[in-house]
This record gives sequence, C-alpha cells and structure tokens, in this order.
Amino acid sequence: MGGQDLLLSFLTKLNALTGGVFLLSAFGLLAIRQMLTCLRIYVFQSLLLAISAVILGYYHASIHLFAVAALTILTKVIIIPWVLRQAVGYESYAKREISQAINIPTSLLLAVAITIFAYYIAGPLLDATGAGVFQKVNLPVGLASLLIGAYTVTVRGEAVPQLLGILAMENGAFFAGISIAPNLPLIAELAAAFYVLIIVLVVGLLAMRIHKMIAKTAVGEMIALREE
Amino acid sequence: MELIYILIISTLAAVLSLIPVGKRFAPTVTLLGTLAVFLLSLRTALATATGGELIAVRDWLSCDSFSALILLLVAFVGLTAAIFSWGYIATTVEATDDRKIRRYYSRFNLFLLSMLAVPIFSQLALVWIAVELTTLLSVFLVSFESTPEALEAAWKYAVLTCMGASLALVGILLLCCGLSLTSQAAFTWAGLIAASPKMSPALLYTAFIFILIGFGTKAGLVPMHTWLPDAHSQAPSPICAILSGIETTAVLYCIMRLLPMFHGSAASFAGRWFVIFGLISAGMAAFLLIQAKDYKRLFAFSTVEHMGIILVAAGLGGYAAHFGAMLQIVSHAVTKSLCFFSAGATLMATGTRNIAAIRGLIRISPLAGIFLMVGGLGIAGAPPFAVFLSEFSILKAGIMNGQYLVIGLLTLFIVVAFFGIMYQINRMVFGSPDILLIDEQTLFGRSIIPERNILPLTCIIALIVTMIPVILFGIYLPEQLYQLLHHAAVSLGGM
Repeated sequence: MGGQDLLLSFLTKLNALTGGVFLLSAFGLLAIRQMLTCLRIYVFQSLLLAISAVILGYYHASIHLFAVAALTILTKVIIIPWVLRQAVGYESYAKREISQAINIPTSLLLAVAITIFAYYIAGPLLDATGAGVFQKVNLPVGLASLLIGAYTVTVRGEAVPQLLGILAMENGAFFAGISIAPNLPLIAELAAAFYVLIIVLVVGLLAMRIHKMIAKTAVGEMIALREE
Repeated sequence: MELIYILIISTLAAVLSLIPVGKRFAPTVTLLGTLAVFLLSLRTALATATGGELIAVRDWLSCDSFSALILLLVAFVGLTAAIFSWGYIATTVEATDDRKIRRYYSRFNLFLLSMLAVPIFSQLALVWIAVELTTLLSVFLVSFESTPEALEAAWKYAVLTCMGASLALVGILLLCCGLSLTSQAAFTWAGLIAASPKMSPALLYTAFIFILIGFGTKAGLVPMHTWLPDAHSQAPSPICAILSGIETTAVLYCIMRLLPMFHGSAASFAGRWFVIFGLISAGMAAFLLIQAKDYKRLFAFSTVEHMGIILVAAGLGGYAAHFGAMLQIVSHAVTKSLCFFSAGATLMATGTRNIAAIRGLIRISPLAGIFLMVGGLGIAGAPPFAVFLSEFSILKAGIMNGQYLVIGLLTLFIVVAFFGIMYQINRMVFGSPDILLIDEQTLFGRSIIPERNILPLTCIIALIVTMIPVILFGIYLPEQLYQLLHHAAVSLGGM
C-alpha cells in the first residue's frame, strides 16, 4: 500500500498548494487596482476551485465533484469573463480604480486579521466534521475567501470589482463546500452554476444601465439615497 | 398536485405575458394566472389546516401548515398586486410603450413564481436558490422607473443581498454536512429536524449564525437593512407591496424554520439571537422612520420594524408567542400591502413622494386620503385593525413568559413607531389642500391636474380587497385560518 500512501500525501500537498494560492488570489482581488487584472485573477481563482474539486473528486471517487469541476470551468472560466467583457465596455476595464474607501495597505492588514478569524471559527467546525486532511485546508481557506470577498465588496467603489467580490464570495463558499458537503444533490449544483450566471447577467446589465445613465461605473459615488 | 399546478401556472403566465397581442393581453393573463394561483393556494391551505402535510413529490415539493400559510399570503398579495398593477401601470407608463408594459408583467410573474417556490420546495439547497432568485428576478422591477435613484437602489439591492446569499450558502452547506454525517435522510426541513439532536452543536450553531446573517440581509434586519428602504421606496408601488409585504416574510420563514432544530438548552441559544436581532431591528427602524421624508420610505422602515417584532416573538419561545408571530406575519403582510397600494394611489394623485409637499390629501383625492389613513392606522397598530391584535397577543405572551425587559423595550419601540407614522400621515392627509406641488412637472413626466384626477377602478378594487382582511382579522379570525395558524405555531416547537 506504499503507493497509495504516497499518492495520498501527494494529493494532500497539491490541495494545500491550491488552497494557499486560492487564498492569495482573494487578497489579490482586494488589492489590485487594474480592473482587467482583477478579472483575470477571478478566472484564475475559479480554475483553482476546479482543480481542488478534481483532487477531492479523485480521492472520494465522487462523480459529483467532477461535475462541479466541469461546471466551474464552463461557467466561471469561459462564460462569465466573456459576458462581463460584453456587458461593460472595454474602456471601463482599461481604467484603474484611483480611490478606495480604505487605503490598500490597511485593507491588506485587515484581510490578514479576517483570515486569522476564519481559522478561529473553522477550528470547532473541523472537530465537529471529523477533520479530514482536505477539510483542514479547504474549510478555513474557503471561509477566509468568503469573508475577504465581503470586505472587498464594501471597500471597492467600482461596479466590476464589486461584482467580482460577490463572485469571489461564492467561490469561497464552494471551496469550503466541496470538502464538507461532497454529496450535495446534483440538481442543486446545476442550479447553483446557473444561479451564478444569472448574477453576472443581472448585475452586469445593471452596471451597463448605470454606465449609460451616469457615464461611469463608479457605483460608490451614487449616494442620493441615504438617511440624513 | 396543487403545488405543481401553481408552479406551472406562474411559469405559463410569465411566458404568455411576453406575447405581443393587444394592450390588454399581458395584464389579463397575469390577473387570471394570479387568481388561479390564489385559489389553488387556498385549497392547499385548507388541506393543511388540520395539521397534515400536502406532498406533491416526496422530498422535493411539499407543504405543511407553516409553508401553506406563507404560500397563501404570497398568492393573496400577488393577486391584489396584479389587480393594482392594471391601473397603476396604465397610468404611469406611456401607453405607446407596449414592450415596457409586457416586460413588466412578465417579470412580475417570474418574481411571483420564485416567491411561490420558497415555501413549496422542501430541499434546503433549492429553497436557497429560490430565495436568491427572488432577488435577481426583482432587480429590474426595482429599477423599472429608470431614474438614477432607482438604479442606485437596484444596485444596492442586488449587491447586498447577493453577499448575504453567499453567507447563507455556507450555513446551508454546513447543515448538509451535518446531516450526511448523522443520517441518510434527504436534505429537507423534516430530515434536518429529525437528525438535529445527533448533530454536533458547534456545527449547528455556526450554520445557524451564517444563515441568520445571510438571509437576515434579505429580510432587512438591522444592521444589514441599508438596501431595504431604498429598494422598497424606488420600485413601482405594486412591486413595493410584494417586496415589503411578503418577500421579507418569505425569507423570514426560512430563518424561522431553523428554530425546531434546536432542542432543550440550545433552543434558548437560538431564541436569544432572534430576540437580540429583533429588538435591534425594531428599535433602529422605529427611530429612523421619524425622520423619513418620503412616505414610501416611511413604510419601508416600518417593514424593518415589523420584521424585528416577528423575530422577537419567534425568539421568545412558547406556544403563545409563536402563535403571536404567525398572526403578526398574516396581519403585517395584508396591512403592509394596503399601505403600499395607498401610497401608490397617493403618488398617482399628487405625483410626488415627498411628505412635506403633500397637505390635505383627503380633499385632493378623498379615496387616496381615506385609504392612506386606514393603512397608516393599520400598520401603526391602532385598534381595531389586525396588527393591533397580533402585537397585543405577542406582548401578552411575553409578559406571561416573564420577559419583562424584552417586552418593555418592544412596547417602547412600537409606541415610538406609532407616533412616528401617525404624525407624518396626519400631516399629509389633513390640512388645507393648497400647498400641493412644488412644480407642475411630476415624477411621471407629465403634469397632473388635481381636479381631474380619478383613481383607476382596478386600483380601487385592489385597495378594497386588501382592506377587508386588515379590518376583519382585527375583530374576527375565521376558524380555518385559526387552525392553520395554530398548527404552524406548533410546528415551530417549544410546546
């Protein structure tokens, strides 16, 4: 059985590497100003999600996880970037986002704090779920990406990075999900992939209308509705 | 079978509304569709009023008393909103813009479909998707009037509720994990309740918090409520009635369904979170609605307040409080839709949403004035309307439980909200009618001559139909409805 152990240890290490880079890409979405680069990072992050799903699928011999990987690649790596480029004009992508609500070094420090917090809440959960080697990586990394994604949405003022923040949250939730709930009904996975597409279509279309109306996509500057 | 028919009819109505034949076709189809859905929901509710469960497809589509109650309310508000839309859309959208009207009705039906699916689905993963679809299918209804404010509101609505969706998703996945570790049951509400005593508390608690915060964003709980007054004030009035009256409640239903999963001492853990979130929401909203300058926004804040009250009632525990929560769900849904219909009537009569610009509405448009007054009194909780009865039963249940501090605070917030709402509504309805419009150009881009504006007949019908339960349930509760509420309250546990 030496071969089996070797394979398992290799898969574990590969998954840990994927998890580490996945977390790094969540930081990237938070900090990088160039919008086109943000989109590329998102595509890269989705690819990492697919890789982790393949690793876990191979380990559990689960056809569901291979389906997740295939759906992820189809929707998030191919369709979504294409739709987003169509929906919001190229000039919006070439642009840099000048000001964020909180400056970038502070944001990154806060993101580190968020990551530590994610590990803190993942601890008791890992005890409860029996703590497989893969869950030890996927659950805290997924939770951290989810929370950093939420933080990204709140500090970024442009439409596209905000949307990518939401999608990164979704990725984080699924990165954790494939390790803890690998046997979700297939129809739910299909529906979830479909749902992500609808988010992109609806929010992309809305961004396009806002662009038409106020000639820019700086949604952070829309502050007509608020309490005095 | 009713449940399957309901889903099919709404889908058909959405598709048929898009066919370009004549001006009247889309509203007629929508009206007939919602009427059929309402009758089927009524049958479902009557079938489950005895405490049974109606199963269309085992483990996929089913309805028990609690979900039938929500289904019935969605169908009722959907029907009245469809009636109100007829007159409202005909008045506010240029008659030449056929495509816009067809799109409105198609989206209206799709939105209603997604909301009907929330109580009908029994698989949690699908319920989650249905809840999120209610957001995505209503985004373009919120931005329907295409003003910069409407777009801003739609953007906040989409972004914040999608963020909440991802948080809730983690909670749902954790529950799925807990279920698969302890039993072989399907991932349904019933399966979870059966398996919950064996699940690890850490997992259950974390999942609960994630779902409470995630779905709480969509239900408008403070501090995740910031999108709600914007979206609920910018959408066309019939849509506001659905958003405020029933969409928030349908999401709250998903949160309340978690309650029976907690047993013994854990139940007080979940209850405590409900009470804390509920009190914060009710309190913040009561003070925020005092300063509202827009009457639709005023009603939106009142929705946040009522979500808080329902959550507190659910969290107090015990049958009496749970029954109060169910009664409050019913009375809030019907009264809030009446409020938004009357707000729509006021908007049609005056063309402005600004509270300060309207005086003496009762003389400008007597009908709009009367209905606004009834709606305002009803939602503020004045006797003999339905909300008074439900709020009173919640307060009474709380005092019986000995929760004096919680009930004291809740009473304070209800009283503050009462005066906040009545002060503003009084100023609008009474007084001399001469200070009306700041300028003749109104919101809809055409001037309105106050002497010649008459409410469309369909709007009046919708207002009257909605007013019946608002007054009736304050004095008399039909036996079947009482049974339905009773079994729904029992299903929350804590007997």
